[in-house]
Amino acid sequence: MTIECVECGAELSLPPNVLVGEILPCSDCGVELEILSLEPLQVDLAPQEMEDWGE
Amino acid sequence: MTVRVGIIGASGYTGGELLRLLLSHPQVEVIQAASESSAGKYVYQVHPHLRGRSALRFTSRDTLQPCDVLFLAMPHGQAQQIINRCADLAPRIIDLSGDFRLRDFDVYARYYGAAHAAPDWLRRFVYGLPELYRDQLRSAHYASGVGCNATAATLAVWAAVKAGLLTPDQPLIADVKVGSSEGGNTPTEGSHHPARAGVVRPFQLTGHRHEAEVRQNLAACGDFDVRLAITSVELVRGVAAAVHVTLPAGLTERDLWKAYRDAWNDEPFVRIVHEKSGIHAHPEPRLLAGTNYADVGWDYDPATGRAVLLCALDNLGKGAAGSAVQCLNLMCGFEETTGLTWGGMYP
Repeated sequence: MTIECVECGAELSLPPNVLVGEILPCSDCGVELEILSLEPLQVDLAPQEMEDWGE
Repeated sequence: MTVRVGIIGASGYTGGELLRLLLSHPQVEVIQAASESSAGKYVYQVHPHLRGRSALRFTSRDTLQPCDVLFLAMPHGQAQQIINRCADLAPRIIDLSGDFRLRDFDVYARYYGAAHAAPDWLRRFVYGLPELYRDQLRSAHYASGVGCNATAATLAVWAAVKAGLLTPDQPLIADVKVGSSEGGNTPTEGSHHPARAGVVRPFQLTGHRHEAEVRQNLAACGDFDVRLAITSVELVRGVAAAVHVTLPAGLTERDLWKAYRDAWNDEPFVRIVHEKSGIHAHPEPRLLAGTNYADVGWDYDPATGRAVLLCALDNLGKGAAGSAVQCLNLMCGFEETTGLTWGGMYP
């Protein structure tokens, strides 16, 4: 089973027995993807803490 | 098959990097290393990291014997003076200097300040950047080296140019930060440690010679106005190019990913580095010291169309000796990556 990274479009293979709520990193752009549901398969960006060096 | 290799100018930094790579190459035997300034010395006495790796002693170029491939790693201006003699010694030549990079002798004279001494040879050389000239290099007998800053700037913009996202109606303004080994191994006032350590010193902000190489590399896609601004920073090895451009309205991050994947996914030594967060989200030369890799990436603001296209590499590696060995592999029919896959160190 594969998913498409919502950030960069990379095609990613899901590990067997993947669970809803599991966080998977994209192999190309490194973003963390959260499995929102399995049927239908839905993913989105997981919440991330960002650096802000301008503050 | 093993090829017998000689190097003229083997005591400089690029010569030392060539020796380091070639002494580990399974299909190369280095039979001679010429240096007028170090003739008679063991190679390790000039390149201490090669102690125990070779029993070679530097010779004078006048005593060189015929070989299969001859590398020229002399300062700019010297190879063109002896190219006919070099061609008598070896059927294949790879010159790392700037002497045979430009195809047009008028352009050469403009950027190097003197007429070329062997203009008939300029078009016999193939520019030694496999990512752009691979097919020509496979059948070439003569390959030039690459300019380190030119390579960083070329690779930084190549994916966008190839995809038609950049056109010649805007200047390509490249801010290029460079390490001290670009200056070679002859001490100068500017390289003296108390004057060099810790600098962020604007070195040449207009008119750099490597602009002509980048323009030549992009010529098939248009007559681009390429401007390099070079700044010396606190690095020994490394080049970091950041090219400031405006991209077409409506372009998305996904479009850029596609352009970069189309350009680079099949290239063994160019890697896309573009992450949303983390301290290694963009290409960084420190990670590439001693390698033949070039990392490319970008930062893009869809709201304004402004983008900064990035490339990092080791000026002595991908920007000089690494690309030259990659050329040797292509010219001799070897697997292109042979001897070049070391991945660097961290931290």
